[in-house]
Amino acid sequence: MKLEELIRQRKTDKDILLMTHIVLGYPSFETNREVIREMVENGVDCIEMQIPFSEPMADGPVILKANQDSLARGTTIENCLNFGAEMCSTHDISFLYMTYYNIVYKYGEQRFLDQAVKAGIQGLILPDLPPEEGADLCKKAKQKGIAPIMIYSPTSTNERMEELADYGAGFVYCTARKGVTGSHSKLDSDFKSYLERCRRATSLPLAVGFGIQNRNDIEVLIGAADMGVVGSQTIKLVDQHGSEAVGPFIKELFGNT
Amino acid sequence: MSTRKYFGNWGGSYIPEALHETFRQLDIAYQQIRNDPAFWDEYTALMSTYSGRPTPLTHAENLSNHFGGAQIYIKREDLNHTGAHKANNVMGQGLLVKRMGKTRVIAETGAGQHGIATATMAAKFGLECTVYMGEEDVLRQRPNVFWMEKMGTTVVPVMDGSKTLKDAINEAFRDWVTNMDNTHYVFGTACGPAPYPEMVSWLQSIIGQEAAEQIVSQHGKLPARVYACVGGGSNSLGIFQRFLEEEQTELVGVEAGGHGLDSSQHAARLCGNDASAGIAQGYKTMFLQNDDGQMLDTHSVSAGLDYIGVSPILADLWEKKAVRFEAATDQEVIEALDLTMRKEGIIPALESAHALVQAFKEAPELSKDEAIIINMSGRGDKDIFTIAHAYDDPSWKEFIIDRAAQYRK
Repeated sequence: MKLEELIRQRKTDKDILLMTHIVLGYPSFETNREVIREMVENGVDCIEMQIPFSEPMADGPVILKANQDSLARGTTIENCLNFGAEMCSTHDISFLYMTYYNIVYKYGEQRFLDQAVKAGIQGLILPDLPPEEGADLCKKAKQKGIAPIMIYSPTSTNERMEELADYGAGFVYCTARKGVTGSHSKLDSDFKSYLERCRRATSLPLAVGFGIQNRNDIEVLIGAADMGVVGSQTIKLVDQHGSEAVGPFIKELFGNT
Repeated sequence: MSTRKYFGNWGGSYIPEALHETFRQLDIAYQQIRNDPAFWDEYTALMSTYSGRPTPLTHAENLSNHFGGAQIYIKREDLNHTGAHKANNVMGQGLLVKRMGKTRVIAETGAGQHGIATATMAAKFGLECTVYMGEEDVLRQRPNVFWMEKMGTTVVPVMDGSKTLKDAINEAFRDWVTNMDNTHYVFGTACGPAPYPEMVSWLQSIIGQEAAEQIVSQHGKLPARVYACVGGGSNSLGIFQRFLEEEQTELVGVEAGGHGLDSSQHAARLCGNDASAGIAQGYKTMFLQNDDGQMLDTHSVSAGLDYIGVSPILADLWEKKAVRFEAATDQEVIEALDLTMRKEGIIPALESAHALVQAFKEAPELSKDEAIIINMSGRGDKDIFTIAHAYDDPSWKEFIIDRAAQYRK
């Protein structure tokens, strides 16, 4: 089933969905495996698996360091694709790949998409590939049933948002603020009117990420967006308290304490 | 005219969505200055009163006689204010910042010359300034850090990745994506997303325009060859562009050969075998990367050439064989530097000495009535610690030891 339909289906009995983020190979694939199990068992709806890149321009210090550490441990693209396939066949939720365009370009667009389809990956997030440069990849991905995820920023004009929506599928990833991943976002009245602009620009479900860290943040999103995205915060949590801390954290985000 | 985004197969604009609107506005502002003849007049006037333009073209008679071939001319970009060609691009972008009404500038720097130039521009134009510099380069180029700080600039050492130029660029982008409302990113070389490659090359084209006039008036005709070192590509494009259409002039770009092209410890993107097409830092070019697309560590004795990518404009000229690319090793660079100081009393930067190496190899094969121009992109004073270390100079070491002992008291 396609990502957008799956999201809509899951949304029928939940007020908000949750997407989490892991950096493949950080701190190890074994820990990735445990963390993902904790996430799935506690009701996470989508997981974006980041294939590490040496120059992660859009990421803040936590994810940047995770990328570098993973590569320093010798993580390869083959390791990542094998692990991605294993996760898709183990867990019945939606998995996406997130990476930078060079990884896909060097592997070969067609070959990358073929591998992703075979594995059961449902979406692709490439923060440094605007559709002006990636129109062809977006089209090919859609044809294969992989959703190219478009990104909205508070700096995007209304016209730009509408333009982007045409290239995308699955959902739109709305960054809660300018800047890079990691630091906390102020979800104020400006943020609310930004989300309203996002909603008007596309009929696709809206996911909101960048600086979403706790239940309060998630509560602000209920009714205004379809899915919250938590990235750096779970990586920090695993760094400090290990993978077993992930389950309780996810429960708390869903308001099930 | 509109901005060129692609140069053959290279270039483009691979930027996060948050910067889309910022780049759209930058491109509009750039097209306005490009199409306004008054801008170029304002720019050249500023460069003649604040920097040393036009910079001299020096006939290196002793070196010419030493090699017994072509007449060697040196374009003296070292005589710009702050000691390198970097000032050209920076002052031009400074005028652009004033037109855009922004109040803060950021920059990346490798050797520190671009950082210094940006710091002076910010001081002169009353702008707030932050410069990102890889930690390894901070250590290699401590005097430049000192001057930047003295001019009121905040220097941020970047501890990520290889701790060199590429990491400083990533960090500058991370700042910009947060602070674009009041901040302009003064990109230092002819790389990055459009419009930077074209804009920086255009501002640097003043070098070649002057050099062409000067060589004709001093030597009577255009040069047989023009040599320039190639890091990102701004000084080489600065001098090459004017000569691209001149059939009698061959253009030679010299990359950092480090410990040799077979050593994996170099920064040769176009004349070696270790680079391949890729996309990073917002543009497509030939990058030193592995098969997975992860960028490799590079090496050069000169901080300014030690970069994984190269201008997309140069990648295109390389592919079209309009520019020939060679490499100079660290060892050859020190030898050329030594000879230039002794024969001409000129102290080239380690970066610029790469161009001298190749010119010295080829000068003997040309006749005495031919001229060659070497673009001396910067002066070597900034490299005193590196060069003194390479010479293993005893009196210098003694001086450092004594001074350190005084500070310890």
